[in-house]
Amino acid sequence: MGLLNRMGTVMKSKMNRMVDRMEDPAETLDYSYQKQLEVLQKVKRGVAEVTTSKKRLELQKAKLMQSMDRLDDQAKEAIRLDREDLARSALERKNTLQSQADDLDRQIVDLKGEQAKLVATERRLSTKVEIFRTRKETIKAQYSAAEAQVKVSEAVTGIGEEMADVGMAVQRAEEKTETMKARSAALDELMDDGTLKEVTGSGDDIDAELAKIRAAGGVDSELARLKAEEGR
Amino acid sequence: MIIRIMGEGQYRVPSSLLDELNVIDNRIVDLVAKEDEGGYKNELARLISAVKEKGTPLGPEEIVESDLIVPPEDLTLEEAEKIFGGSGLIED
Repeated sequence: MGLLNRMGTVMKSKMNRMVDRMEDPAETLDYSYQKQLEVLQKVKRGVAEVTTSKKRLELQKAKLMQSMDRLDDQAKEAIRLDREDLARSALERKNTLQSQADDLDRQIVDLKGEQAKLVATERRLSTKVEIFRTRKETIKAQYSAAEAQVKVSEAVTGIGEEMADVGMAVQRAEEKTETMKARSAALDELMDDGTLKEVTGSGDDIDAELAKIRAAGGVDSELARLKAEEGR
Repeated sequence: MIIRIMGEGQYRVPSSLLDELNVIDNRIVDLVAKEDEGGYKNELARLISAVKEKGTPLGPEEIVESDLIVPPEDLTLEEAEKIFGGSGLIED
């Protein structure tokens, strides 16, 4: 049996669990409608979640870019002061950060795709739910119980497949954002506890070294000025 | 024939497409058995683009059951194995 058949079976069993049929057709319709509203809420929460995760990654990316700019400046200053060794270590740190930034970029693109898909899903489902609501009232008003049974079955099965699909899409999106959250928390921790600072981030030791050279240079030029004033 | 691409919606496609889809589906079965991730991903992408190219998307106002259900494009090899194992895409 192929993947398509298997997938169909998986979906059918999901659907059957989602659309419990009641004795009373009107009750079945109302129950299904209630379920649809719940699934719609889930999609909305899913969209919000993905959006928040994406923002968080973008913030991290901005932080990394700042650190990289700073290392760049340090490297330039080190070259001006003729300290190639310091410039080299600043650039090495920048490289490490660059690979982190590339990784973030990939994740951000991933989440953007996920976000677009969920937004489209939300739109599609809310149209269907609205149509179902109208149809449900029509069926209740126009058909006898026996006739309604068939109509109800049709209406409920069609929307049941949609709900099963949407339910799975939201669940998978949630799993993805969970994984990314864990990774980005790990990166935050690295940046905060100094592990990355050590290798990359703040470059404080480079700064200290440059400040020392700057200070020494300041004393030299002050000395020269005083000497000139005293005419010696 | 109505085909659902999971996570993306439904398409109406000519029944003649079924043969082509079956060929790809069989290849997917082989590739998953061989755990050939690259090949599997390619074939799944081909399956999905065949449906999109030959089909027309159903409007959101149509509520009908599908004849075939295609898994989402980002279905991993691991997830596909689970489906073949009968345990489904997502734990209940």
